[in-house]
Amino acid sequence: MRDPEKSSELEETAPPGLPSFQEIRRILEERVEGLRLEFIPNPAAPDQSSFCVPTEFALETARILRDDPRFALDFCSNVTGVDWLDQTVEETILHRETTDEGERTIKEIVRRRRPGFLEAVYHLYSMRARRGPLVIRQRTANRIDRVRVASLTPIWRSAEFQEREVYDLFGVRFEGHPDLRRILMWDEFKDYPMRKDYVEPDDYEYEPTPQGEAAAKARRHYPYGGAR
Amino acid sequence: MSRQTEGQQFASALGMGNASPEGPRGDSPVLPPPAGPLYEAKPKPGSARAAEGETLEVAVGPHHPSTHGVFRMDVVLDGERIISLKPRFGYLHRNHEKLCEGGTYLMAIPYTDRLDYFCSLTNNWAYVLAVEKLAGVEAPERAEYLRVITAELTRLLNHSCLVGFLLQDMGAMGTPLMYAFREREKLVDLFEELTGARMMCNYMRFGGCRTDASAGWLERTRRVVDDFPRFLDEFEDLLTSNEILLARTQGVGKLSAELAINAGVTGPMLRASGVAYDIRKAAPYGIYERFAFRVPVGEHGDVYDRYMIRMLEMRESVRILKQALKEIPEGPVLNPKARRRNFRPPVGEAYGRLEAPKGELGFYLISDGSPRPYRFRIRAPSFINLTILEDMCLGHTLQDAVIILGSVDIVMGEVDR
Amino acid sequence: MVEEGLRNELSRQNIFLTSIQELYNWGRRNSLWPLNFGLACCAIEMIAASMARFDIARFGAEVFRPSPRQADLMIVAGTVTKKMAPMVVRLYNQMPEPKYVIAMGACAISGGPFKRGYNVLKGIDRYIPVDVYIPGCPPRPEALLHGLITLQRKIAGERLTGPERPRHLRELEPSEYPIPAYGPYDLDPPKNTELWHPKPFVRDA
Repeated sequence: MRDPEKSSELEETAPPGLPSFQEIRRILEERVEGLRLEFIPNPAAPDQSSFCVPTEFALETARILRDDPRFALDFCSNVTGVDWLDQTVEETILHRETTDEGERTIKEIVRRRRPGFLEAVYHLYSMRARRGPLVIRQRTANRIDRVRVASLTPIWRSAEFQEREVYDLFGVRFEGHPDLRRILMWDEFKDYPMRKDYVEPDDYEYEPTPQGEAAAKARRHYPYGGAR
Repeated sequence: MSRQTEGQQFASALGMGNASPEGPRGDSPVLPPPAGPLYEAKPKPGSARAAEGETLEVAVGPHHPSTHGVFRMDVVLDGERIISLKPRFGYLHRNHEKLCEGGTYLMAIPYTDRLDYFCSLTNNWAYVLAVEKLAGVEAPERAEYLRVITAELTRLLNHSCLVGFLLQDMGAMGTPLMYAFREREKLVDLFEELTGARMMCNYMRFGGCRTDASAGWLERTRRVVDDFPRFLDEFEDLLTSNEILLARTQGVGKLSAELAINAGVTGPMLRASGVAYDIRKAAPYGIYERFAFRVPVGEHGDVYDRYMIRMLEMRESVRILKQALKEIPEGPVLNPKARRRNFRPPVGEAYGRLEAPKGELGFYLISDGSPRPYRFRIRAPSFINLTILEDMCLGHTLQDAVIILGSVDIVMGEVDR
Repeated sequence: MVEEGLRNELSRQNIFLTSIQELYNWGRRNSLWPLNFGLACCAIEMIAASMARFDIARFGAEVFRPSPRQADLMIVAGTVTKKMAPMVVRLYNQMPEPKYVIAMGACAISGGPFKRGYNVLKGIDRYIPVDVYIPGCPPRPEALLHGLITLQRKIAGERLTGPERPRHLRELEPSEYPIPAYGPYDLDPPKNTELWHPKPFVRDA
C-alpha cells in the first residue's frame, strides 16, 4: 500500500467518533511545534489507520491526545511491538509533467532497500466519550543499537507492564519508563524471542508427523531416517 | 499512617493497650490509593524501619495455593503491612504469540482456547472478530446468536467459578467452590455437546461457527438458564450478607475510577470502581444492540463491589440468554463465502476487541498478505488489570492481598500467554 | 505365600490373610496425598476431579496438600515452562520418599500444542522421573481418575525386598535431582541426561 493517491484518500477517513485523520494531523501539528506526523494507511481497516509519531515529540503528543477534549483518549488499551526486518520496498512516485498535450502524471516505480526497525504500537480509546481506537506508533532507527523510543507510561499507566513486555520480547528500550526490566523471560536471558530472526534452542527431537521445518529438524537429529 | 512503637504494636497484637491508634480490624487506618503523580506517591522501602532492617521480604508464589496458578508476588512487609509488592510474571509464558505467527490464521484458534482456559468461547470470538474485521467477512444471523449464547454461558461459568475461588481465598474451603463447580459441570456439559470438548471448545470460525446447535441442545440450554437464578439466589443467601465476607471485603483494595481508567483496567474491576464502561454497550459488536440488559456499576471500588458486580452481571447474562434463546432464527451457521483453507486476508492490520468475562480482550493482527499473520498480539485483560495490584495492596496485610488478587480475577494462561 | 484360591476360601469364613508387603502397599496406595499444584489448564480439570461430581475422595486422594513436605504425589497438571521448571524440580526434591509423579496432559508429557515454544519445557520427564502419563488436552477428570488407579496398581505391585524393589527402598538411588539453572539462552542443562532416555524413534527414511 504505497500508492500516494490512495493514501491521501484514506487520510480522509476518520477513526470512530474522532475527527478525520487529516484534521487530527492538523490539530496536533498546530499544537506541537516542529511535529511532523507520518500517516500510515491501513487499507484493510481504514478507520484503524495510524500515525507514526517521532520519538522526541511522542510524550507531548500523547499528553495532548489524553487531555485535549477534542480527543480525550484517556484509555490506552493495547501496547505492542512489531519487528520489521530489512526489506526491499517498491514505491510508486508520481511525477507531474507538462507536455504538448497538457499536464499528465507519470508513475514511476522505485525499488529501494528499507532498513529494518522496531515499532511500538499504541491503541488509544476514550472511555468517557466512548470513541476510538486511534492508533499511534513509534519507530526505532534500526534494530541493533538505536532502539530507543519514548515511554508513554507517564501518560497512561496501563502501558507500564506492556512496555516492559515489548522490551523483554522485542528489545525496544523505552526512555522514561519507571521500571524497565524483563517481565516474562528470566533476568539472565539474553535474546529477544519475538523478533523475526530469533533462533530458538534446538531442544525438541521428534514429532509424530513432522512437516516442513519440523521434518528438516527431525532429519538433523535422526540422519538415517530413524534410530538404526 | 502514624508509626507505632514496637511495644504498642505488641500490646495491640495481644489485645491490650486500647491507647493504640490502630483499633481492631475494620476501622484500622488504611492507606488511601496514591493520588496525583503515580510514581512519586508510592512509599519506598526506604522508610525509617526499613533502614533499621526491620522489613520482611516474602516471595509469594510461584507455587502457592492462593495465587491462582503460577503467579508470584515479591512482597515487602513492615510488620503486617505491605509496603511494596512487585508482581513477577512469566512462569506460564507459553509463547502463544510466536506460535500463532508460525501457523496459519485457522491454526491459531485452538491456541486462543488455551489463553483463558475458563472462557475459551469468548477467546475464540475475540480472535474471530479481529480476523473478520481484517478480511471483511460477516457471520450469518444464527451464528451471531450462537456466539452470544455461548459467550454469555461462558460468562456465567467464569463468574461463578471466580466467586468460588474468591471465597476459597478467604478461607471458605470447599463449599462455595463446590457449588460453583456443580454449576460449571452443567455448563461444560452443554459445551461438550455443542463443540465436543469440555474446556477447549475451538468452536468459532471466520464467518460463523463450526457446528450448528440442535433443537435439543437449545432446549437443554434453556433449562439450565432457567435454573440458574435459583443457584444465584442460593449463592447470595449464603454469601452476600455473610458477616465474614463483609468484614473481609468491604473497604479492602479500593481502586479509584481515575486510576482505574488510566491504568487500563477493564471489565468487572473497572465497573466496580464506578465507571460504566462495557464494550457490549460502548462499542457494540455482534448483535448485542438487540438485547435489553443493564450494566451494573459499583461505587466503592473495593473487593466487595467486585464480588457484587459479578453476581449482578450473571443475572444480566441470564436476561440476555433468555432473549437470545427465544429469538434465535433458523439458518446456516457458517458463511459459505468465508474461506478457511488457504485463507489470505488483505494487507493491513486490525484490532478487534470484546467484553470478555475478565475485561477487554483484544487481538491485534498484522497481515502481510500471506496465509500466516505477520504479527499476532493478544491484549489480555487479566494481565493489564494486574498493573495496579500494588496500588490496591499497599497498606493492607498479606491476607488481604490474597483476596485482592482473587478479586482481580486472573488466569495465568492469559496473564503470561 | 498363600494360594489365591485358598485365600478366597478363607476370606469367605471371615479369615483374612495378608503379607506385610500387601498391607503396606494397600495402605499407601489408598491414601495418596497429592500436592496442591496447578500449572495451567489441566489444573482446572484436576480441581473438577476433586469436586462433587467426580469426587477423587473415592480413591483416597482428596487431601490436596499445599506443602510438598506433606505430599507424596505430584500431579504435574499443565505446561511446564522453562522459567517454572527449576521450581517444579525443587518441589519434587522437597517431597519425602516414597513419592510419585503423574504427568497430566499433553504439555507435561511432551510440550503438547506448545511444543515449538521457546520457553516451554518439552516434557517434565527431562528432569524428574514420571510414573504415569495421562494424555489429553486437557484430560477429562475421568482420565485423571484412571491415571490415579493406574498408579495405585503400580504401587500395589511394588516389592519391598529383592532386586526389583522400588527406588525409595534402594539406598543408592537418588531421591533428589539436580535443579537446572537459568542460562542466557536456555536452561542449563537443557535436560538431565542421566534420567532422560527417550525411546529411539524409528521413522521411514
